[in-house]
Amino acid sequence: MFTALFLFFLWRPISLGTTTGLFTALKHAFRRPVTLQYPTEQPVLAPRFMAHPVLTWDFEVDEPYCTGCLICMKICPTDVITVSMKDNEKFASEDSKRRKIVDDFKLDVADCIMCGLCVDYCNFDAIVMSDHFDASVDNRSNLVHDLQTLLDEGKGQQEKGRWSPPATKKSQRRSAAQAKVSKPSSSEEAKESTSEENEIETD
Amino acid sequence: METKATVIRDENSETAELRINMGPQHPATHGVFRMVLTLDGERVVTVEPHIGYLHRGSEKLTEGENFQQITTLFDRLDYISNFNNEWVYVRTVERAMEVEIPERAEFIRIILGELNRIASHFLFYGTYGLDIGAMNPVMIGFRERERIQALFEGVSGARMMHNYFRVGGVKEDLPDGFVPAINALLEHLKKGYEDAKNILTESEIFIERTAGIGALDAERTLDYGVTGPVLRAAGVDYDIRKADPYSMYSDLDFSVPLGSHGDCYDRYMVRMLEIEQSIKIIEQCIRRLPDGPIQGKVSRILRPPEGDFFVHGENPRGDLGVYLVSTGGTVRPYRLKIRGPSFSNLMALSSMMEGAYLADSTVILGSLDIVLGEVDR
Ligand code: SF4
Ligand code: SF4
Repeated sequence: MFTALFLFFLWRPISLGTTTGLFTALKHAFRRPVTLQYPTEQPVLAPRFMAHPVLTWDFEVDEPYCTGCLICMKICPTDVITVSMKDNEKFASEDSKRRKIVDDFKLDVADCIMCGLCVDYCNFDAIVMSDHFDASVDNRSNLVHDLQTLLDEGKGQQEKGRWSPPATKKSQRRSAAQAKVSKPSSSEEAKESTSEENEIETD
Repeated sequence: METKATVIRDENSETAELRINMGPQHPATHGVFRMVLTLDGERVVTVEPHIGYLHRGSEKLTEGENFQQITTLFDRLDYISNFNNEWVYVRTVERAMEVEIPERAEFIRIILGELNRIASHFLFYGTYGLDIGAMNPVMIGFRERERIQALFEGVSGARMMHNYFRVGGVKEDLPDGFVPAINALLEHLKKGYEDAKNILTESEIFIERTAGIGALDAERTLDYGVTGPVLRAAGVDYDIRKADPYSMYSDLDFSVPLGSHGDCYDRYMVRMLEIEQSIKIIEQCIRRLPDGPIQGKVSRILRPPEGDFFVHGENPRGDLGVYLVSTGGTVRPYRLKIRGPSFSNLMALSSMMEGAYLADSTVILGSLDIVLGEVDR
């Protein structure tokens, strides 16, 4: 390298601009590399990191938070969510406040664009973005996650502390973030207790 | 054993024009872009750009999506400046619905938009260095961009496809410790900017490769509808942040760097000076960042009234315009036209490249800093 430098100076008169460039480059040759050796070193993910969404588990009542209200299915830009809903048996025996509960839930991770809209629009804190960025599988069909997988993954996220049940309802948090409350909150809460609410219209 | 090459000389031979393909998989085309160059010796005679390899029908797709979902499509247009794209789109719907945006949300948007401009210009710096044959700039450019994207990941959860701006504000508030983090980031960026400047700006080799190459004068840039740094490099003082101020830009103190020759070196310089100005804007915003709500009063179902709305904003690459036709009362647009800066800038390519050397073709193409995701849409 120094021979090259020497020859360079011989070849043409020293110009300041070019030499500052050379010295900046040289300076960097002695710095610690910024590359992360991925499989051996794991990246530190931000708390808000978004990989594909997973479902959360209500440990108090031992059932999913998801009521199968279909909002996430309608807001999903790539239509990768399929949900169906059933009557909640625990509601009949008054163990749970959820009248309806999710029956089946399918998420095709292959087509999910990790936009977070489903999480943003779910009214029941039932779906959260996970940190499973290494989602590669050897068969495409394995990328379709069913209800059980999503719930298990969600429990994993909850154990990791990436999500814990918030103290207030989503609608309250939403109106707190807004400049003015658009509707009286009482009516909104009343509306929310019926899980068949359809906020997102699809024409 | 010695071998000797024999050159067959035919006194009657003529030089012929040669047509060569550059791209679509050529690394210097920054994506999938194909040019058919007709060469006379080393000189370029004609350039035929072929676009459309990345066409996804974004404009048509918007007609099938709700107003909330369209932000995700805008992320994928110009995938180097996602925040700026989202911003123009949400401003269009906001103008249609006459939503008032809280001040904090406006400042968050400016900070992120300007950081995105810096990231985009650093990426330009890196890839442009590579285009002209310098290996060092790409390391520095990507290093600095990586720092910015780490911050973006903390704010929005994604490095590139953020989907963070919402009609009426932003998705969620800034994370805890954002202000110290961005202050540290700006310190790093200033150092990185110095490094970047030291390597290329005054380097004789770089100046010889770029000065006077691909010049386009002010009149012709205006004829072609060129915007952004390429226009300002030709000396035309047109920056939408000043010419048609939106958000809080009219309150902020910054200047618009201008070039004079309109050649590749001026385009490079304008972008580098814009990094300085963006840092200045961000510093002012952090000082003035108020507390308060981050979402304006807007219903969850977006139904803009009937009418045509046009909003444009200053993207790192130029003037991104969104023209929305709404039939009123529906949750989807009737038509959404996107006016992409990269597309219009690319149209001036043949006029810049004709008569230039073949070796300069990548220098000229690189100086336009196009993103094919937006050219093809
Ligand atoms: S929006 Fe929430 S509660 Fe409704 S189906 Fe989706 S995950 Fe379940
Ligand atoms: S993150 Fe986006 S694409 Fe993925 S399931 Fe949710 S709404 Fe659909």
